[in-house]
Amino acid sequence: MSRQILLGDEAIALGAVHAGLSAGYSYPGTPASEIMEYLIRLAGETKAFTAVWSVNEKVAYEEALGASFAGKRALVSFKHVGLNVAADPFMNSAVTGANGGLLVVSADDPGMHSSQNEQDSRYYVQFAQIFAYEPSDHQEAYDMAREAFDVSERFGLPVLMRLVTRLAHSRSPVEIREPRGPNELRTGAAKDWTLLPVNARRRFALLLDRQPEMVRFSEESPFNVLKLNASDRSLGVIASGVGYNYFREAMKGEAALPSFLKVSTYPLPEGLIRKLVGHVDAVLVVEDGYPFIERQLKGFFGIAGKTVLGKLSGVFPVTGELSPDNVRRALGRDPLPAVAASVLPLSGRPPQLCVGCSHADTFKALNKALENYSGSNVFSDIGCYTLGALPPYNAVQTGVCMGASVSMARGASDVGLHPAVSVIGDSTFAHSGITPLLGAAHADTNMTVIVLDNATTAMTGGQPSYGTGERLLRIIEGVGVPKEHIRTIEPLPKNHEKNIQVIKEEIEHRGLSVIVAVRECVQEQRKKRS
Amino acid sequence: MKQDIILAGVGGQGILSIAYVIDNAALAEGLFFKQAEVHGMARRGGAVQSHMRLSNDAIWSDLIPKGEADMILSVEPLEALRYFEYLRPGGIVVTSSTPYRNIPDYPDIDRVLEAVRKAPRCVVVDSEKLAREAGTVRAQNIVLLGAAAASLILKDASLLLTIDALFRGRGATVLEANLKAYELGKKAALGA
Repeated sequence: MSRQILLGDEAIALGAVHAGLSAGYSYPGTPASEIMEYLIRLAGETKAFTAVWSVNEKVAYEEALGASFAGKRALVSFKHVGLNVAADPFMNSAVTGANGGLLVVSADDPGMHSSQNEQDSRYYVQFAQIFAYEPSDHQEAYDMAREAFDVSERFGLPVLMRLVTRLAHSRSPVEIREPRGPNELRTGAAKDWTLLPVNARRRFALLLDRQPEMVRFSEESPFNVLKLNASDRSLGVIASGVGYNYFREAMKGEAALPSFLKVSTYPLPEGLIRKLVGHVDAVLVVEDGYPFIERQLKGFFGIAGKTVLGKLSGVFPVTGELSPDNVRRALGRDPLPAVAASVLPLSGRPPQLCVGCSHADTFKALNKALENYSGSNVFSDIGCYTLGALPPYNAVQTGVCMGASVSMARGASDVGLHPAVSVIGDSTFAHSGITPLLGAAHADTNMTVIVLDNATTAMTGGQPSYGTGERLLRIIEGVGVPKEHIRTIEPLPKNHEKNIQVIKEEIEHRGLSVIVAVRECVQEQRKKRS
Repeated sequence: MKQDIILAGVGGQGILSIAYVIDNAALAEGLFFKQAEVHGMARRGGAVQSHMRLSNDAIWSDLIPKGEADMILSVEPLEALRYFEYLRPGGIVVTSSTPYRNIPDYPDIDRVLEAVRKAPRCVVVDSEKLAREAGTVRAQNIVLLGAAAASLILKDASLLLTIDALFRGRGATVLEANLKAYELGKKAALGA
C-alpha cells in the first residue's frame, strides 16, 4: 500500500477512518487539534463519516458515546485537560461499556508547551480501568488506532490512546492499509446503559471481572516488546512511547543493547515486567510524563535486591519533557561533542498578541478604565487573550481553566471584591462560560463580564465558534442579563475613549453587566483575503 | 547517509513551508524522515523551531540530540544562535542576516552576525533583499532553502518539484517569485 506523510495526530485520525469510523467529535486544544482538522478534511472529501467540532469536550465525549451506543465506531479527541472536562461521561462509560468501537484520544503535553499542567492521561486509564495504547511512532499511531476499535468491541469498553506533544506534532511517512467499512446500526442493552444503582453495581462488577483478561491481552500484544540480554544482567530498561525512541537513539552505534521492555499498552503487561525485572539488577524506567510505571514498580517498599531508576530516583527531572539528551545521560553515556552555545545573551521571544489584534485594544481600554480602582481583579480565561497577562498589557490576573473566569469573578464578587471583571473569548464562553453566567444572572451578581467576540477559536488555529455575533447577544440576553447592561464595543484605537467610558459605566453598575467586544480575529481576516 | 537539520525562525516566517518542501522531497527520494514541529502558542510571533531528520536508515528520536545537527537553517539570525549547542563539530549554519525585531531587547545586529560567524561553517544571506528582488518579501524562507540547497543531501530536482507543487495552486506570480527566490538563494550561497 502507499506511504503518506502524516503528523502523529493525523496518523491516528487516518487509522480511525480506515477502521470504519462513522463519527468523530472534538474540541480544539493543542496538541490534539490536528486530529479533528484532518478528520474534517477527509470527511469533506469522502462524505463517508461525520466529523465535527463540538461545543466542549464533555459534549464531544457524549456525542461519541451516543454514536457508539447506536452500534457505530466513534472517536473523541482532546488535549489532556480536555479529558478533565469530559471526565464525567468518561468514567461512567467504563461502567456502561461501549457498543460500537469507541476510541478516546488524549494528547498530553509534558513540558507544557501550550498547557496549564503536565497531567498524565495514563492515570485516567487506571482510574477508569480500561485498556489503552501509547504509540511511540507514526506507524504505531496508525496501526494502534485501527486495532483499538476491534479491542473496544472485544471488551465492550472504550479504549484510550495516550500520546504526547512530540509525536502529535511530528511528521513522518506511514504505510497505510486497505480500509474497513463502517458498522451497521445496532442499538441494544438498555439495562447496561442506564446506570441506576441496580444496573451500575452489576456493570461495575463486570468491569472489575474483566481486568485479568485485559492484563493478559496486554501481555500478548505484539506492540509490547521484551528483549533479554543473556550476557549482561546489570541493567534493564522499561521504556514507553517516545521514551523508547530516545532509549534506542542513545544506544545507537552500541554493539549490544541492555535488556529492555517496550511498553505500549495498559493495563501494564505484568508478566513481561516480572520477566525483565527478574533478569536484571537495576531497572531504568524511561517514560514521558508522570512516573506512572516507575511508581507502580516501586510501590511503597521498592523491590528487594533491585534498584529502580527513573524520575522518582532523581535520574530524570520530575517535571518537563524527556529528551534524547537526558535519556542518554541516564544511560550513562557521555554527551556527544557539540559546538559551544552562543555566548551572546539571547533575548527570549515569547508568544504575543498579533499586530492589530482586537484583544490589545480591549486590554488598553480595560486597563485605563480600572486605573483609579485599587484591589480590582481581572479574571481571564483560556485563549490568545491569556497573553494579556504579559507585558506590555499586564491586564489580567488569572488563567485557570475553560470558563473559570466567569465563575471565579462571581465568587470574588460574592465575598465583596469590586470591581470583579471576567474576560472570556466567544468560543470559551460557549464551551463553559454560559452556565456560570446563568447563575450570576439569577443572583444579579455585581460583576462585569467582557466577552471578546473575535468570531473564532483563534489560539488553536481558527476553528469555528458556536456563540458569536447576534447569536452570542441573544444567548447573553437569554440567560437573563438585563438588556440595558448588555453593551457592545468595537475594540479599535479610534474608539479608545468611548470604550473606556462604557467599561467604566458598567463597572459602576452594582449588578451584572456583560460587555461584548466585537472585532474579527486579524488572522482569520487575513485567511479570508488570501 | 543521514542529515539532521534544525529549522528556526519566528512564527509567521514560513518555517513549516521549508519543512514541507524538505519532507516531500525526502519522500520522493525514498528516505526515512521525522520532522518535529511546534504548533499552538509558540506560533504567535514567538520563536519557532523544527527538528528535521533525514536518513537512509530508520530514525528513532523525533528530536535531534545535542551535537547531532549537521545544519541550522534559520530565517532569522538571532534565532539561529539559539540552537548552536545542537550543532556537531564541523556543522553548518545557513541563516538570513535580516533581523526580525518584535522584542524590545533585540541585541545589536552586528554582534548577532559576529556570533553567527563563530559557527564552524556558515552561509549568511540577505534574504529580505533577495526576496524583494524575486518579487515578494514573503519568499525569504525559500531564499534560505535555496541558500541551503547545495549543503542538503536532497537532489535539487526533488526540491524544485515540491516547491512547484506547494506554490502552483497560489497563482503563477507567487510560483514564479518562489522559484526565483530559490535560485537567488542558491546563487547567494555560492558567493557567501
